[in-house]
Amino acid sequence: MSKKAVITEDELHAYVEGVLPAGRAAEIEAYLAGHPDEAARVAAYREQIVALHREFDPIVNEPLPHRLQLPRRHWARVLLRSAAVVAGFALGGVTGWQLHAYTTEQRAEAASWPRRAAIAHVVYSPEVRHPVEVGAEQEAHLVAWLSKRLGVPLKVPYLGAQGYQLVGGRLLPGERGPVAQFMYQDSKGQRLTLYVRTNADESGETAFRFAHEHGVGVFYWLDRKLGYALSGEIQKEDLLRLATTVHRQLNP
Amino acid sequence: MTEHAHFIEQHVPRLRRYARALTGDRSAADDLVQDTLERALSRFHLWRQGSDLRAWLFTIMHNIYVNQIRSRMRRQHESLETEPLADVARAHEPDWLELRDLEAALARLPEEQRAVVLLVGLEQFTYEETAHVLGVPIGTVMSRLSRARERLRVMLGGDFKAPTLKVVK
Repeated sequence: MSKKAVITEDELHAYVEGVLPAGRAAEIEAYLAGHPDEAARVAAYREQIVALHREFDPIVNEPLPHRLQLPRRHWARVLLRSAAVVAGFALGGVTGWQLHAYTTEQRAEAASWPRRAAIAHVVYSPEVRHPVEVGAEQEAHLVAWLSKRLGVPLKVPYLGAQGYQLVGGRLLPGERGPVAQFMYQDSKGQRLTLYVRTNADESGETAFRFAHEHGVGVFYWLDRKLGYALSGEIQKEDLLRLATTVHRQLNP
Repeated sequence: MTEHAHFIEQHVPRLRRYARALTGDRSAADDLVQDTLERALSRFHLWRQGSDLRAWLFTIMHNIYVNQIRSRMRRQHESLETEPLADVARAHEPDWLELRDLEAALARLPEEQRAVVLLVGLEQFTYEETAHVLGVPIGTVMSRLSRARERLRVMLGGDFKAPTLKVVK
């Protein structure tokens, strides 16, 4: 055995997690090849991680119970309470907007979904380790899974000719149910996300609209059963070009 | 502020997943998530813009959970020194015969080990993030992780051989 076989317990766990540098991981692999007991232990730990996901991941896709849904009147009260105690925290206008939104729920929803797409972009596109739930290497599974959850057959646009490769996708909670997010990345690591939600009214079809939220540009449109929002922190004209490509591929 | 709610909302499904695995009980888990959301929204001004919101939310949840266990223990007139947290945290100890079951095995872990194994394995926090959420040094995270995984392996029917690697610190 090589003299580099001094492997710490911490390294063994980092190896289980898959976060060791490749060179060191290869050394540990070689060590494990000669130590079946240790290899069995590593295999058991990895199996534990798989079992945890198998057992608890379905919870992520459960509809939220009413009391955990945001925003609602109850939460608006929490916010107002907080506004009352936080001096100088300029809440009034926005909270007012929120309360108003309950009375004209649909209108607010129509205006807010591109914003939700932008927020989802901001939350997930900087992720290094977990940008997506299912990677592009399992594209068929990804599409089948998200289609099933949204209840509509989905298609994943191909943006390779524009320099963007599919990273994968994830399921998100939307205002009325599950929403899909597909992520793309170019060779410089610039990311785009395509947010796909189902529409309440299937007759709707709109032209491209543009919104700018949290520094993120969003082109969004409705296309019968589905609403699409393409988000990215790139030039508006580049984003429009990509949105046009997406739209064309979805409507051949 | 609506944006704050929307930002936080993205994390609710995962907070629920962690709470369920941590408490082993559906309604206790949702109570914990609800308490966490209330506290997070009422203290949103304390969140440092640009820092990891998910870690912040999990930290809040962890603190609430630990406080709940402590107050339950006080009600039961138990002492922190003599009673492992997990024994008090669980209303119903699982039967030894059920131990092949993952949830039952998790329930048998001391609370602080269970938290580590879930944050790292299920929620996929890095070791550093886990240390931050739990407010303990990273060395403590590593030793809890090692003990938790080995205990789970034994309970879930792995072989019973002790690890042969030396712990080199």
